Amino acid sequence: MSKKIMLLQGNEACVEGALAAGMRFYAGYPITPSTEIAEISAEKLPKVGGKFIQMEDELASMGAVIGASLAGLKSMTATSGPGFSLKQENIGFACLTEVPCVVVNVQRGGPSTGLPTLPAQGDVMQTRWGTHGDHPIIVISPFSVREVYDMTIRAFNLSEKYRVPCILLMDEVVAHMRERVELPEKSSIDIINRKKIKPTILDYKPYMDYDGDCILPMANFGEGIPYHVTGLIHDISGSPSSDQKVTKTLLNRLMSKIYNNVADIIEYEKIYTEDAETVIVTFGTTARSVLRAVCLLRQEGLKIGLLRLKTIWPFAHMAIKELTQTPVKNLIVAEMNYGQLMETVKASAEGAFSVYGLNKYNGELITPQEVIDKVKEVAERA
Amino acid sequence: MRKELQKYFRNDKLPHIWCPGCGHGIITGAVIRAIDNLNLEQSKICIVSGIGCSSRAPGYMNFNTLHTTHGRALAFATGIKMANHDLKVIVLTGDGDCSAIGGNHFIHAARRNIDITTIVFNNSIYGMTSGQYSPMTPKGAFATTAPYGNIDRNFDLCKLGQSAGATYVARGTVYHVPQLIKLIEKALKHKGFSLIDVVDICPTYFGRRNKMGSPVIMMEKIREMSITAKTAAKLSPEELSGKIVIGEFCEEKAPEYTKEYNKIIKKAQGGNQNG
Amino acid sequence: MIEKNIKILINEKACKKCGLCIAFCPTKVYASEGGKPLIVNLSACTNCKLCELRCPDYAIIVGGEDIE
Repeated sequence: MSKKIMLLQGNEACVEGALAAGMRFYAGYPITPSTEIAEISAEKLPKVGGKFIQMEDELASMGAVIGASLAGLKSMTATSGPGFSLKQENIGFACLTEVPCVVVNVQRGGPSTGLPTLPAQGDVMQTRWGTHGDHPIIVISPFSVREVYDMTIRAFNLSEKYRVPCILLMDEVVAHMRERVELPEKSSIDIINRKKIKPTILDYKPYMDYDGDCILPMANFGEGIPYHVTGLIHDISGSPSSDQKVTKTLLNRLMSKIYNNVADIIEYEKIYTEDAETVIVTFGTTARSVLRAVCLLRQEGLKIGLLRLKTIWPFAHMAIKELTQTPVKNLIVAEMNYGQLMETVKASAEGAFSVYGLNKYNGELITPQEVIDKVKEVAERA
Repeated sequence: MRKELQKYFRNDKLPHIWCPGCGHGIITGAVIRAIDNLNLEQSKICIVSGIGCSSRAPGYMNFNTLHTTHGRALAFATGIKMANHDLKVIVLTGDGDCSAIGGNHFIHAARRNIDITTIVFNNSIYGMTSGQYSPMTPKGAFATTAPYGNIDRNFDLCKLGQSAGATYVARGTVYHVPQLIKLIEKALKHKGFSLIDVVDICPTYFGRRNKMGSPVIMMEKIREMSITAKTAAKLSPEELSGKIVIGEFCEEKAPEYTKEYNKIIKKAQGGNQNG
Repeated sequence: MIEKNIKILINEKACKKCGLCIAFCPTKVYASEGGKPLIVNLSACTNCKLCELRCPDYAIIVGGEDIE
């Protein structure tokens, strides 16, 4: 069978990927620049027997997604900055109760209503710490339409595997850009489903670490095993507890299930880093301009490399550590914000490199020329 | 507790956290008895709550139970019901949870006429946070946040639900328990959005602050103030002041949301699919 | 007609002494013993079960053969 070639918008690719991953429920609320994801889901989900609902607000959308996932359907919602802020409490609920779900955040300029139709990458920290309390989360960020497709599938897989909300962090440009994409054959796509309960388990404890890997088997509501789910700190039976040991054990396990598996969760791409003196760290749409700039600078003979983070959170500390084994002296963190990722890169570098920010937050993309100018400015300073 | 009801409770979690004389235990008991009377399949029941004293009820009940975020029970419940319409979805909520922070979800769930039974533990106060006024606190009543008396006008939740589109609406009280059980049974059998506003007592925070005395006196008040919907229909607004109107207010047939969505699925699939 | 062999079982551990059963028994079966219901007039019990239904703590069972 020939591969499927399509001209797709990022938001369309997101829905195609979600359907390929097995999404069967979508709840959302209209917000630019993510709305096409809701519109296309509304059209396509019933065709595969799935369900779409436009809820009364963003909070309800997030709640409905968690409810539907508990009842057994792979579920997704999509939004942008203001809506992402509104969803935060329920995202935290999904983190604590370990309900798989995918949240797409198509970033636009902020703060507040900000720049609804213009790109930004100002939600980097909100994706990590938007909801209150210590919690695990996985955030991945695509830079092309094809990658939107692949990463949406990956978002579902990671969410199902680790029973954690997975945030697909897009921006206005990758969402609205159209590219020619070759979609993989369905049979070649790996699909991961939530861990089921072994039939040998008679007295199911919903929050018991049966396999000792911090990842719990999950019964869906209606499958015949009634249990309790609460946003309160809970013991292995799911019952509320304010016991100090129970609290600590639960939070440790929630963190461990992510941090014990960073090798599986974290993905990044390195280009020309082996001999580079300066490496530009970036992600999402900005990586497109950086890639162009790196190619042009290499043609000029400058030793420039690129580190593109595909997984934003948990942060790819190992990628920064790997650079200490190379001649790299400078890191430039290019992002459409005031320097959110740069602070984490600095902390990760632990003084091994000089870290500079290339930041733009006026609603425009960072251009290749601006990257080139920054690289030359850093070279002169060094 | 009666042996035949024990299977519906998580007995190891009892006694519950509610204060002496709190009506929440009475309502929870009425819900359990209604479920038992109807012989509903236990594993197909989902009980969803928000935050507050009343929302602790599902933790004691042996079903698929979900204790969500403040005000959002109906949003989560909508997702569950959409995902699997074979599940019987019941929302247990308080007056603050349902009508203040959850007011938007309440009117929209009613508007959609989605098949969810919502039972409001209406004790006119935020109990969990120790006694602030809610949208159901009567005008003139005292609360920790209304130390000079409440100037807010309170909702009539049944009227609100009915005008938003709920297709079964009734009010019961923790005094009239046999009637309450019957109302809950009818709500559970109803196909569509059903609402039971249960007039409840909070002796600790509403009772003390309003110098109402013991749970017994608060219950007596409910008995004195209650009149049937039939009687109420003959009274003037002045005569109705200070009365609790109990009974059924509406029962109508209307397209149910998940059934309507199943039609969408058929339409999207070209109309030639079975299900 | 009053049913024969009516029994009232009270779970003293579950009782929180709210007094609702005592106050609202239509036939005054109970008296208060430090707030807890003391059965003082069992023969008056009509097995209406209102006390059982109104007990917020599921501490009362009223019945005949059904509660053996």
